[in-house]
Amino acid sequence: MLGRHDGPNSAATLPPVRSYVRDGIIIGLATGVFGIAFGVLGSTNGLSVGQSMALSLLVFTGASQFAAVSVIGAGGSPITAVGTALLLGARNAFYGMTMAPHVPGSRLKRLVAAQLTIDESTALAVGQPSADDVEGAFWAGGLSVFLFWNLGTLAGALGGQAIGDPNALGLDAAFPAGFIALMMPALRNRSGRVAALAGSVIAVISIPLTRPGVPILLAALGALIALKVAGPPPPAAPGRAGGEDRP
Amino acid sequence: MTWATVFFLAAGAFGLKAAGFFGMGRLGARPTIRMLGALLPPALLAALITVQTVSVDNDLVIDARLAGVVAGGVAAWRKAPFWLVVALAAVVTGGIRAL
Repeated sequence: MLGRHDGPNSAATLPPVRSYVRDGIIIGLATGVFGIAFGVLGSTNGLSVGQSMALSLLVFTGASQFAAVSVIGAGGSPITAVGTALLLGARNAFYGMTMAPHVPGSRLKRLVAAQLTIDESTALAVGQPSADDVEGAFWAGGLSVFLFWNLGTLAGALGGQAIGDPNALGLDAAFPAGFIALMMPALRNRSGRVAALAGSVIAVISIPLTRPGVPILLAALGALIALKVAGPPPPAAPGRAGGEDRP
Repeated sequence: MTWATVFFLAAGAFGLKAAGFFGMGRLGARPTIRMLGALLPPALLAALITVQTVSVDNDLVIDARLAGVVAGGVAAWRKAPFWLVVALAAVVTGGIRAL
């Protein structure tokens, strides 16, 4: 099947038509639908169009934004809203650690990159079979999601109830499935598989015990466990061609 | 929501991103840190996938999402193109909900 995971050799000899650009646009479009939902949520909870847009432009972390507006809408205090949102956004610090070495350049460029460091851009970047594509994929994913998330927010904030529930379309399942596809290269070495398994188990155990956002932070321990149990990942990972021990 | 809350959210969210991006400084070049950096995405993304698939707030919940994610996961394992993985998951989950 013609796919983006055809293997290290095809990726090395025949650079695909920048498949990460196409994949980034797909992720951006799906995110845009949730952007519309966020805009609607904001206006139904008393946010002005300017406030919803400020959140999507400046906070630019979907889960944090939904949580903050929901907490305020349910009558919670601003401190609870900010605390909940930042707990959900704290994983971006880990993503920043991962992406920083892959995005060299001026301080301004790196500040912009930091703002674009979210689930989607990081996943698309580390999902590249070739290390040469990691930075390009990061920008493709980050800029696409930024564009469509903000366009969606604007449409939702202006248009009110024009759209239904994105979950009715099954889009809430599209994101985890997409992340699985992007994670595949990392699962081709033993260390990556152990890290993923440990992260998932930690999440299941901690979901009932901790506040939303915390399970994903605790899963960072999975990386330590993998390093201890399975040793270092192949050189120049993430997903570096040549490092696979795939059958 | 007040503008002050918007401002604190924006500053906090960007601060977290920038802390990760710039906070490591020279430490980021160390082999152990680089190795951990390579293993963090599979650990965190696996947890994110788990949270998005089988939880609602603080509860573990099995519903139509799981079927869609499993379908998409199998497609990804079989090296289906990205758009197909995403579309399959949405169609399966949306289809079950529409039943």
